[in-house]
Amino acid sequence: MTHKTPLYDMHLQLNGSMVDFCGWELPIHYTSQLQEHQFVRQAAGMFDVSHMNVVDLKGQDSKKFLEYLLANDINKLTFEGQALYSCLLNEKGGVIDDLIVYWIAADHYRLVLNAATHDKDMAWINHHANQFHLTIQEQPNLAMIAVQGPKAIALFQQATRLSVEDLKPFSGRFEKTNWIARTGYTGEDGLEIILPANDAPVLWQKLLKVGVRPCGLGARDTLRLEAGMNLYGHDMNETTLPYEAGLAWTVACKNDREFIGKTALLMAKAKGIQYKFIGLLLEKGGVLREGQKVIDDSGREGIITSGSFSPTLNCSIALAKVPDTMSGQLSVDRRGKLLSVKVVEPPFVRNGKVVYKENSNV
Amino acid sequence: MSNTPTNIFYTKTHEWIRKENDTEVTVGITDHAQAQLGELVFVELPELNKKFCIGDEAAVVESVKTASDVYAPLAGEITAINEALEASPHLVNEDPYGAGWLFKLKLTNSADFKKLLSADVYEAECA
Repeated sequence: MTHKTPLYDMHLQLNGSMVDFCGWELPIHYTSQLQEHQFVRQAAGMFDVSHMNVVDLKGQDSKKFLEYLLANDINKLTFEGQALYSCLLNEKGGVIDDLIVYWIAADHYRLVLNAATHDKDMAWINHHANQFHLTIQEQPNLAMIAVQGPKAIALFQQATRLSVEDLKPFSGRFEKTNWIARTGYTGEDGLEIILPANDAPVLWQKLLKVGVRPCGLGARDTLRLEAGMNLYGHDMNETTLPYEAGLAWTVACKNDREFIGKTALLMAKAKGIQYKFIGLLLEKGGVLREGQKVIDDSGREGIITSGSFSPTLNCSIALAKVPDTMSGQLSVDRRGKLLSVKVVEPPFVRNGKVVYKENSNV
Repeated sequence: MSNTPTNIFYTKTHEWIRKENDTEVTVGITDHAQAQLGELVFVELPELNKKFCIGDEAAVVESVKTASDVYAPLAGEITAINEALEASPHLVNEDPYGAGWLFKLKLTNSADFKKLLSADVYEAECA
C-alpha cells in the first residue's frame, strides 16, 4: 500500500509520471525533467513535498530536549521563526537522519524530517524524550509545497496576495494556518509552505495560474545535487560521521553542551577522520552514478555517493566519499572504463550561477 | 503509446534495424526504449571500422535516470556514426527512427536478417 499526498489528484491531472518514492506515490516528472530543472533555475517551480514528516514539539523542555537530541546547537536560533539544519546522530556519531528545525514560538519547535526514515526517526525521538517534559506530535494532516526559483517570492505573492518578501532567508512565520518559510532544497531563493491538507490543492492551483511550473522528484534531485546538498541514505547513513559527509559545519561540539553522539565524534576527531567528502566533475564521457569507484594514482579507492547529469553545467557532477589521503589525478570507474574527473569544492550552482571552486590538491 | 513502424526490423533488446541495401543497415533504439529510459543526456558511439558480432555491446545511451547498453543486432563493421548525438543526445527521444539513429553497419552475413523481429512480434514482446 502506497500513501497518496493531498495533491495526488493534481499530479494525475497534470499527467505526472508517478513512482513509488519510499512508500509515497509522487511524480518523477510531469513533462521534461531537464526543463523542469531549468525552470527552477530561471523562473519558479513547485514541488509536492507532503511526504516529508512534520513533527511538532511543545512544552517547557522542548528546547532542552533539542539541545540533547541534535548535533547542531538549537541555541544558534536567535529569533522566533528562524530555522536550523541539523543531523540526528546515534551514539556512535552515525547519521540517523538530517532535518530542519523551526523555532515556531516560545516552547514550540517544528521538525521536518525525511519520509524514508519515518519509523526509525519517531522511535528514536520518542525513546529519548522520556526524561523530558514535552509533547511530540506528528502532523499527518499537513501538506507541504516548496516554491523555488528566482521568481518564487514574486509569484507566490501574486498568487496569494500575501507579502512575504521581508522574510529573512532560513526563517518563517505563520500566515493564518499556513507556515511559510524561506527555505528549500534547490540552491535558489524560495519558500516552503506547510499547510492543512485540505488547503493544499487550492494553493497549488493558484500557483499554477500565475505560472509556477510543477516539478517532479527527478528535477528535485538534480537541483539539490548542483546545490551540493546531501541526500540522506545516499550521501550519509548510520555508518557515516557528519565529518565524512561534508557536514562538519552542522556539528556544534565546541561548548559544553551534551548531545547524543558527541563523545563518539570527539574520539573520532582525536584519532583523525578517515574520509573526506568532495565534488567531482566529468567534463566529457558519460554520467557519474552513485556506487561508482573513485581511484587515485596510488590505487586508493573511494565511492560516489550521488551522481547525475547537471543541466546547468551540461556535464556530469557527483559527490564522493574518499579516503582523506587521496590525492593527485582522480579517475572514476564507469562501466569498466577509467575516466579522469576534476575535483571541485561543492556547491556547483547557487542562485542560477556556477560557483564551484577547483581544488587541485583535492 | 509507442510508435513501431512496420517497414523496419527489431530485436528483443529494443534496437531497430533499417535495411539500406543488401549489405548495409542503420541501427537505433526504439520509441519504446527511449520512453522507458527518459531524457537522454549522453550517447557513447562505437568507433568507425570497428567490427562486432551479434549481441556485442556497441554503444551506450545514458538518460537522467540510468545507463543502458545498445547491442549490435547483426554482425558487421561500423561504416557511419551519428555525430550529431554528441551535442544533441535528445534527438534520440524526439525522433528515434529518424534523426536519432545511432550507427550504420556493413553486414558480415546478410542471411542473419531472419533472426530479427517484425514490428508485430516486437510489439508483443513489449506488451
